[in-house]
Order: sequence, then C-alpha cells, then structure tokens
Amino acid sequence: MDVAVEYKLLSDEAGLDEIERKIIYATQAGLPLVARPYDAIAEQLGISMQEVVSRLRRMLQRGIIRRIAAVPNHYALGYKGNGMTVWDVPDDKITELGQQVGELDFVSHCYHRPRIMPDWPYNLFAMVHAHNREEAMVLVTKIAALLGENESGHDVLFSQRILKKTGMRL
Amino acid sequence: MHRVNTIIKVDDRENTQQHGQKKLTDLEKHLLNDFQHNLPFVSRPFSEIAKQLGSSEDVVIDTLNNLKEKGFISRVGAVFRANSIGASTLAAMAVPMGELENIAAMVSSYSEVNHNYQREHHFNLWFVVTASDEEALNNILYDIECRSGHPVMSLPMLEDYHIDLGFDLGMDFKHREESGV
Repeated sequence: MDVAVEYKLLSDEAGLDEIERKIIYATQAGLPLVARPYDAIAEQLGISMQEVVSRLRRMLQRGIIRRIAAVPNHYALGYKGNGMTVWDVPDDKITELGQQVGELDFVSHCYHRPRIMPDWPYNLFAMVHAHNREEAMVLVTKIAALLGENESGHDVLFSQRILKKTGMRL
Repeated sequence: MHRVNTIIKVDDRENTQQHGQKKLTDLEKHLLNDFQHNLPFVSRPFSEIAKQLGSSEDVVIDTLNNLKEKGFISRVGAVFRANSIGASTLAAMAVPMGELENIAAMVSSYSEVNHNYQREHHFNLWFVVTASDEEALNNILYDIECRSGHPVMSLPMLEDYHIDLGFDLGMDFKHREESGV
C-alpha cells in the first residue's frame, strides 16, 4: 500500500492529527529495540520524546491503540488449535452474553456480527486459542455451558492456513 | 511497510515449533507473559522492565530481539483497535477447492486485505478488508465478487466485547512442562 493511500485510511473520523498519524506510521512495524525507543521515534519525526509519549498515551486512552507491548505469535508459541467459534444467541441478550464470553481468559476476540440468513445464522464470534484442537473443543464446551439455553446453535471454524497476515490493523 | 507472513502451513510447522519452544528461558517467558499489556512510558522502558525482572537492560533488549528473530513475537509495538480507523469488515466466501488457490491469491493481492485465512468449513476463505470509508470497502468486495465469480458474505463488527485481560502464556507453559509435553 502506498503512503498516500495509508494516510487516507487514517481518516479524520478517528480525530487523529498530523503528529499522531506520523507516530502511527513510524511505530506500526514495531518500536526500535534500543535503550531509548521513544527518543529514536522522536528524533525520526523531529519532535520531543515527551510529545511522542503523551500522544501515544492519549491514543491509548481514546482506544485507538489497544496496547503497546510485545505481540506474541500464537502459532510459534505452540498454540495450534486456533478456532473461530460462532454462536447463535438472541439479539436482545447479545450484549450481556457477549461481555461474559469476552471476559473468558482463553478468548482473544469477541464480536457481535450480523446474521446473513439463510446461509449464516451466527451473530456472536469468539476466537479461542489452545495447543491443539482437542483442547480447543474443551474451551468450546465451556462457552456452550456459559451460554446454556441462550444458544440455538454453534460451529467452530479451525484455521487451516494463514494466507496473509500483516501487522497493520487499522 | 507491511510485514506479510505469506502462506504459513500451520500443521507443517508444528514439530519445529514445539522443539523451539523448549528452549524458552525464564526471562523469555516473563517477557512474553508480563509485557503483553503496556510497555512502560519512560525514557528507558527496557531498563524499567529489567529492574522488575532482576535483569539488565542489554539482556532484555537482546532477548526481545532474539524472540523476534525466532518468530515468538511479531513485534514490540502498538496494537490498534479494529475499526477505530476507516471502515472494515470480516468477509467470507465458499470457494470450490479447485479454485481456492487462485482466488485466495487474488484476495491476498489487495493491500486493503490485511488478514486472509483458509478455514475448515463450507465458507472456507475468511479475510479482513479495511478501507478508507464504507464506499471504498463495498467497491473492493464487489470487485472480488466479479473477479472470483462467487458471492462475498460481509460480516462487519457491530459490537466489540473484548476485555483485555491478556493471554496467560505462563500458565500454559507451566501446564506444558508438568504434562511433560
């Protein structure tokens, strides 16, 4: 993706200013692993280290950045049972149920998405990570138990191949 | 600017990765487990981490570099909230096996597609599309439908229930060691 298109992606809707956009582009592939990483970014952008830190902090507070941290690679770390679990739950209870599922420590992402009838009856998505499929299926039964009678059906879609995965999650 | 991990065959990697995992040191485990949340916002964050772990700044930096080289971490940096910027959706297609390779490659070729997975299901191709706005997003989905000859199901996120409690790798390493795997 060329830089012009990437800049366009960071639309004004997110309320990002020029400096914040520059910080995102300078750090999206990771912070430099040097003693003073924020100073390195600051020098690159011609601003102060304090400014870099305060902008990052504000983007964290606003929820644009979820965290700044070591990002583990689940597969390399031995998590090979990665399943997208999908559930059909009542729309009027989905917020409450979604929050309960999202709190489970083995669920990395939990989203409400639309049903597309008749092909796709599932409205709640939860990603589970386990060492293997057997272990993942145990986690699925835990979610099923939590949802109880609220669930009218579910499925698990295991990943067979990662065809593309880029660091940028804009 | 994008780091693209193309075509990782998950099953093929299993043996080598398990072998590699046994080599993780205590420091590596702590770095992986304790610093998934936020890197300290101080001038020398790795020095701060080193203090907490009873190590030195140099060793922490070297260890993180090593974890990155070995592929255990993809980076030390910002994780952006999905949908916080632009318009995005999770798209799915049911593609006949004979056409899968070509269609998957075509889908991956879009710079707006940042994740693309083959999954075991009637809907066997799942990808995330992120564009500047709704219209640009719909144009890409329509383009993929025309070029592939198959419908694309679009499932945009309506609500995010994720609560970031981290991912407790330490427990799992412990379990792994105890079970002798």
